[in-house]
Amino acid sequence: MKIIVNAKPHEVSASDLQSALQELGFAGSAVATALNGTFVARSQRAEVQLAAGDCLEVLAPMQGG
Amino acid sequence: MRVYGTEIASRLLLGTAQYPSPAVLAEAVKSSGTEIITVSLRRETADGSGTAFWQELQKTGCRILPNTAGCHSVQEAVTTARMARELFGTPWIKLEVIGHSDTLQPDVFGLVEAARVLSGEGFQVFPYTTDDLVVGEKLLEAGCEVLMPWGAPIGSGQGLRNPDALRAMRAHFPGVPMIVDAGIGRPSDAAQAMELGMDAVLLNTAVAKAGDPAGMARAMALAVEAGRAGFAADPMERRDMAVPSTPVLGMAEFA
Repeated sequence: MKIIVNAKPHEVSASDLQSALQELGFAGSAVATALNGTFVARSQRAEVQLAAGDCLEVLAPMQGG
Repeated sequence: MRVYGTEIASRLLLGTAQYPSPAVLAEAVKSSGTEIITVSLRRETADGSGTAFWQELQKTGCRILPNTAGCHSVQEAVTTARMARELFGTPWIKLEVIGHSDTLQPDVFGLVEAARVLSGEGFQVFPYTTDDLVVGEKLLEAGCEVLMPWGAPIGSGQGLRNPDALRAMRAHFPGVPMIVDAGIGRPSDAAQAMELGMDAVLLNTAVAKAGDPAGMARAMALAVEAGRAGFAADPMERRDMAVPSTPVLGMAEFA
């Protein structure tokens, strides 16, 4: 199914968030996630099911003031 | 300085953005003597640059104060804070809810609302606010135990645009840790903030954009220390007219 990851369309075969992150190459990364504007904790990722058109934000540490 | 039960020796907080290189950032952090550095969250790229940056940050040994920079709504700021807490493993959040793109002025209504939500969730909120007394009161009511009034707009380097307002805040909230956040451009600005009785200053651009960031970091640290010592030593009152410092008594008469 097609989902939007960090504002870009991606095709994923995984149905849950945890597997989708692995498929997208974020498995070893220090990231936090939000699905459709709502924070999803690391411990909840495996239980959260994805639907076509979902908007996923994958954020990482960045320089800031 | 004690914030949220944590004793902090250095009164200089440093941002990590806009340095010419990670090596220069690390050098500036070291020569500033800071114990608290601010960071942000942005979309992770395929090359894992955020993860690499996180590893560099951890080497500094500093406490991490994540921000919600760029958030314009309560919902954005609250979601970002929740993500930051998990990512950085800290309840600390430098809460920014921006109300105006040109001035980066805080939306104080959204700020108070977001502070209330986050405090209720166990966050320890460091609110980036204006120098408005009433807003300060509302933030304390919302659960904040520290206030971070601006000196001037973010990144402007204008120094303290309204020292009288900061002085009033200091007098009004004597027991509340106050950190001047934003607008510091030169060491004299940092010293002035400390002389007003502020507990600390948070700055970024003034160091990152200096010709010699590590040198400026050290200068800022010295200024903060000097300003604090000056405040503690209780400066003299200003006078309108000259008052001779050399005794007048015993002057010779030559005419």
